Amino acid sequence: MVTRKKTGRRHPLASTALLLIGLVAAGGASAAVSTIANASPAPESAHSQALTVEDGAELFRANCASCHGMNAEGTEHGTSLIGVGAASVNFQVMTGRMPMAFQGPQALQRDPQFTQEQSDAMGDWVASLAPGPERPAEEWLDTSAVSDEEIANGGVLFRINCAMCHNLAGAGGALTEGKFAPPLHDIDAAHIYEAMLTGPQNMPVFNDNNIAPEQKREIIAYLHYLDDNPSVGGFDLGALGPVSEGLFIWIFGLGGLVAVTVWLTSKPN
Amino acid sequence: MTTTAPRTSFTAQASNYLDERTSISTMVAALGRKVFPDHWSFMLGEIILYSFVAILLSGTFLTFFFEPSMTAVHYEGSYVPLKGVEMSAAYASTLDLSFDIRGGLLMRQVHHWSALLFVAAIGLHMLRVFFTGAFRKPREINWVVGFILFILAMAEGFTGYSLPDDLLSGNGLAIINGMIKGIPLVGTWISYLLFGGIFPGDDIVPRLFVLHIMLLPALVIAFIGIHLVLMVVNKHTQFAGPGKTNDNVVGAPIMPLFAAKAGSFFFIVFGFLVAIGSTFTILPVWDFGPYDPSPVSAGTQPDWYIGFADGALRLAPGLESEIFGLTLSWNILLPIAVLGLFIVLVMFYPFIEAWITKDKREHHIAERPRNNPTRTGIGAAGVWFYAVLWAAASSDLIATHFHLNVFQVTWALQAALILGTIIVYWLTKRIALALQKKDREILLHGYESGNIRRLPGGEFIEVHEQLDEYSAWKLKAYESYAPVMVRPNAKGRITPATHLRAALSRWFFEDRIEPITRSEIEASKHDH
Repeated sequence: MVTRKKTGRRHPLASTALLLIGLVAAGGASAAVSTIANASPAPESAHSQALTVEDGAELFRANCASCHGMNAEGTEHGTSLIGVGAASVNFQVMTGRMPMAFQGPQALQRDPQFTQEQSDAMGDWVASLAPGPERPAEEWLDTSAVSDEEIANGGVLFRINCAMCHNLAGAGGALTEGKFAPPLHDIDAAHIYEAMLTGPQNMPVFNDNNIAPEQKREIIAYLHYLDDNPSVGGFDLGALGPVSEGLFIWIFGLGGLVAVTVWLTSKPN
Repeated sequence: MTTTAPRTSFTAQASNYLDERTSISTMVAALGRKVFPDHWSFMLGEIILYSFVAILLSGTFLTFFFEPSMTAVHYEGSYVPLKGVEMSAAYASTLDLSFDIRGGLLMRQVHHWSALLFVAAIGLHMLRVFFTGAFRKPREINWVVGFILFILAMAEGFTGYSLPDDLLSGNGLAIINGMIKGIPLVGTWISYLLFGGIFPGDDIVPRLFVLHIMLLPALVIAFIGIHLVLMVVNKHTQFAGPGKTNDNVVGAPIMPLFAAKAGSFFFIVFGFLVAIGSTFTILPVWDFGPYDPSPVSAGTQPDWYIGFADGALRLAPGLESEIFGLTLSWNILLPIAVLGLFIVLVMFYPFIEAWITKDKREHHIAERPRNNPTRTGIGAAGVWFYAVLWAAASSDLIATHFHLNVFQVTWALQAALILGTIIVYWLTKRIALALQKKDREILLHGYESGNIRRLPGGEFIEVHEQLDEYSAWKLKAYESYAPVMVRPNAKGRITPATHLRAALSRWFFEDRIEPITRSEIEASKHDH
């Protein structure tokens, strides 16, 4: 029945193809432009000379004092930082939680606003006010020599101490009043260690009497093992457990098969 | 002229051989010409059946290697982060299935994904039957059989979920244990009976295993058998259409068309499940570690089909009262009572509706949902109620992923559970009535063609066109009910039950759109 009347007519899919070509071209161009635009100038590693405690004090007064007070004594907007130690400063600053983006139930993680040197200088200054937890020594962060059994022990410690808030698979979890325990994927060893040592935000402190430095290293090794060995079963659907699995089977599993039933019972036109 | 004896083919000989020994031809003749109507929603039941076959096959493979025992062992398999950790033999053999037995992980994932699909397809199939009124006489009993299958499927799922004895499923069992112990007087005793002593004990995995692979599958197969036989006996419902009446079935016969279609659909479903099983992780038990009563994980959820019960626990108010030294935990008793009532209402809905409508006729035509607004409203409200409970099971994930306060999420869901159910009922009923009005309008005055004409006098009119016969039939073919009148019974009395029925019947059918009559059509023709 259907006969092509004019050979000069465009193919019915021509407009779709044209649209696709246009979209691909526009998308490609915008991606290229944004890559060029985002090619940031070389990071400020130019002044790599060591910063002093005084520089740290300067940085602190310029960036932190509005909430924490000129001498870290605290104000109504922020707690006192006397005695929190260099470990706490490194964790808060280098995970981008401080300076805080806005007052909320919990400081959110973002790109760090300072270099490691600047953070260290501030940490040294805060540590000079009163003794507090030190930044961890390199030996407790180096997990290259941790044995398989120790990794397994790290898993046991993780399930007993951390899973209650951070979830068995380290996917994070909800706490009260809008607070939450963050997911633990791809986190720097120093930050994991410091979090356990200082108990930031709503996290309890796991001091060295509670979890020894060797055990902290085992926990870090366990978490990093999970990061380095992706799920053997295929795509992990966010590792959120039965909720994402249920949504998947309803939307894609059953949805896909319903589409097949519609196709199987469709009548030829 | 030579006569050659007609050479019979091999197939003919083989079928003859079979028939002489089994008389199978009578069955083929009877069943082969059985007709099934064609509609996509009539194939949902097939998804259930085929995913069940996938469950049986993969499950059989798993039983070859799974060790249903809670004996403590030290893991020596190849998964590093559990090396040397003490665990039950059940968990260790699940890890072996996942890491050290060829094809084991694939079979585990196919088994579990099929189970999720099995229950999901049951849900959708039930909704299809409910909203088209396919549960009405003579199919009420088959609805109950199907609903029992739904409960059995949930029981199968839950017992299977707990077998690996990992920390996540153990948390689930702990919740069940808590619920059982919350029942006054008998709770503690039932818990001791179930777990063979103090929770968790050493008996629960072998017990669940026996239920999971023997008792429950046998019941599921038996009920599927009853369900299918009743379906054949009652015949399948069909949607109204030209030539499709309450007294016939229009469609393809089993042999050969329907069988070919159904057979190929089986392979599609099976292949689809294997494709999902081989590309998507489901329940990575190795991440969770062995069960130990002390650790509890954030974000502990059951599989989706138990989610509504978990959600009910999360939404229940934390009330407690003490009577005669007995503590009544309303946060447990309330969900049990509400869910129990919900299940009973759904299970016996066909009988409830039949009593209200006083309708004793047989129905073989599937109703369009809009043509029974009150039932559709009830169904939509039920779906909403279930869905809110279901969403509540993931209240913590909703809170973390949308940066919300988990308390506020809970309050919002509590409000949605009660107010939302009422609003959804009312809204759905109104929408159904409006759709009926629209159908009526189209039948009487045609549909708007978008063609606007200017009359010589300057007036503009939009040309309405009439539907073709086939489409019009779909809109015309429905029956309307009138509320049951209060009438005295044989003894001349009006019982309270009669009053109740009349009230419920008014609720069902007071607002209704009557089907158009011939005279209305005739009258409408003169309008234009």
